[in-house]
Amino acid sequence: MSNKKIKKLTPTQQEYKKFAKDRVPKRPVLLNSIRAFIAGGIICTIGQGLQWMFMTYFGFTEITAGNPTVAVLIIISVLLTGFGVYDHIAQWAGAGTAVPVTGFANTVASAAIEHRTEGYVLGVGGNMFKLAGSVIAYGVFSAFVVALIKITIKALGGI
Amino acid sequence: MEKFIWAFIVGGGICVIGQLMFDVLRLTPAHTMSTLVVVGAILGGLDLYEPLVKFAGAGASVPISSFGNSLVQGALTESEKTGVVGVLTGIFEVTSAGVSAAIIFGFLGSLIFKPKG
Repeated sequence: MSNKKIKKLTPTQQEYKKFAKDRVPKRPVLLNSIRAFIAGGIICTIGQGLQWMFMTYFGFTEITAGNPTVAVLIIISVLLTGFGVYDHIAQWAGAGTAVPVTGFANTVASAAIEHRTEGYVLGVGGNMFKLAGSVIAYGVFSAFVVALIKITIKALGGI
Repeated sequence: MEKFIWAFIVGGGICVIGQLMFDVLRLTPAHTMSTLVVVGAILGGLDLYEPLVKFAGAGASVPISSFGNSLVQGALTESEKTGVVGVLTGIFEVTSAGVSAAIIFGFLGSLIFKPKG
């Protein structure tokens, strides 16, 4: 909360704010970070293993192997989401499961499954990107700006 | 084999950054993921993300930050062929697999599974 808003409150309210702030449970930052590191590392190692498999047995190159790898990871996380396992893992791993691409698939799948009772068009179709939409929106817009800047620099004969 | 170890360390490291954004900066997962995507796009524009992918493999290409990088790379590669319009046509070129797989399997999932709880 900004300072301006705090000044508007009565003294009692300010006192309560301080009282409540002192009692917010402290988050175990170090433990959470270690868990995130382990879980995220394992997911990325699985990804590396899949990539290696696609390169060795299916004749993909290092660049093209990325696509089937991501697709397989997404299928796995949709299945785990559907069976209700992903939530349990995410509870333990925190950002370790949210940051890899599996977290993106999880938000899409869980929003789609959750809103299924509202119908397939307005429920599933409309809510699928409720959480993942912001990732796509910000990703595309920032990529657009970055690409434009780079093209402009190149056109002006810079770097 | 070495690549597996680097994939673990770099991938885990990016997740720790995300976890610190959760815990220390008190961001929601959606804010964290959006920020990481924007950071990935900027690093991609500075030509810093591709070397990281070369070095750490899936450790850099599986975290969501690579989504931002891939969007930039797709836009730049296509714009080299077709000019400025390529930014619009090429932006989803590399990430198409990820986005369409998420939509298709997410939809299939909603047909099969019932919400829990």
